[in-house]
Amino acid sequence: MNELEMARDVVAVVLLLLGAFLCLTAGLGLLRFPDVLTRMHAGTKPQVLGVLLVMVGAAIRLQGWSATWMLLLVAAFQLLTAPVSAHMISRVAYRRRHVRRDRMLVDELTTGGAVRDRVYQGDEPADAPPEQPGTALEESRRRDGAR
Amino acid sequence: MSDESTPESGHRVRHQIPLLVWLVLVWNLLWGTWSWANLLGGVAVALAVTWLLPLPPVVGGSRVRPLPTLFFLGYFLVDLIRSGALVAWQTIRPRGIDRSAIITVQLRTDSDLLLTVLTESLTLVPGSMVIDLDRERRTLALHVLHVRDDADVEAQRTAVLAQEERVVRAFGSPEAVAALGGAEAGTGRDAR
Repeated sequence: MNELEMARDVVAVVLLLLGAFLCLTAGLGLLRFPDVLTRMHAGTKPQVLGVLLVMVGAAIRLQGWSATWMLLLVAAFQLLTAPVSAHMISRVAYRRRHVRRDRMLVDELTTGGAVRDRVYQGDEPADAPPEQPGTALEESRRRDGAR
Repeated sequence: MSDESTPESGHRVRHQIPLLVWLVLVWNLLWGTWSWANLLGGVAVALAVTWLLPLPPVVGGSRVRPLPTLFFLGYFLVDLIRSGALVAWQTIRPRGIDRSAIITVQLRTDSDLLLTVLTESLTLVPGSMVIDLDRERRTLALHVLHVRDDADVEAQRTAVLAQEERVVRAFGSPEAVAALGGAEAGTGRDAR
């Protein structure tokens, strides 16, 4: 009986540490990744798995079903809400052009559809870099020359 | 005469039942203990919530097929763990991440519920995140972490379509499953 409890504790500790480590990598990713979109990957995904592991570990360690139900609810709502917030933030970031295009292989959202204005769309912050810097520079020079 | 309104209201109530059951379940889980008082209180709260804050009904019949659902959930769990470990490794390795990409995928399903399940599951799995969904054209734009070349992009695209197929086979109506097979048989048919 004692050995069984010991084994249960070891499993719980391993799960808790693994979950905490995954949450740590989420924080590291926020620091190390280059732009908003990639950071949202780091900030939401390993963290979801981390929280799930912490929940399972805590459910094993804690006595009583009452706590287990609460942990189950936390896990369920984490699974339901994390993708929505990640999607909303990354969608806004994309539309306001907080995107590092130099780190991107393809962007079929712009190459597929017609881009209205290559310089500015009117939906980006004042300090946003132009969509195509070379073209933008050329265009502004042409405008200055015409004036 | 009154038959005209009965299917409509019956339809509504039938679609509200899963929501009511879910709310009662949440209420009981929050209390943590089982008792008749909790159950009745949960029913009262659920009715009040659905009456005060009505949601639009989810149109389009759906069903749950046990075996494909288990397959979908199992695959999802494996995917979650595998790519969770992958993204964690990419954050700590010295080299950092490779290039990322935004790809668009032409979907075949045409149901709000199925698309919601699909986009939620795609966004939950590390390495892919839905940015935009064009509901009318049924195209999905998603950002994928770590792609090396065009072959990777194509692999991601087929992975999304495979995920769509698992979702539809698990929860879709027979028409949705049929649309899946039809689109597979003739790929040039997508511009109806």
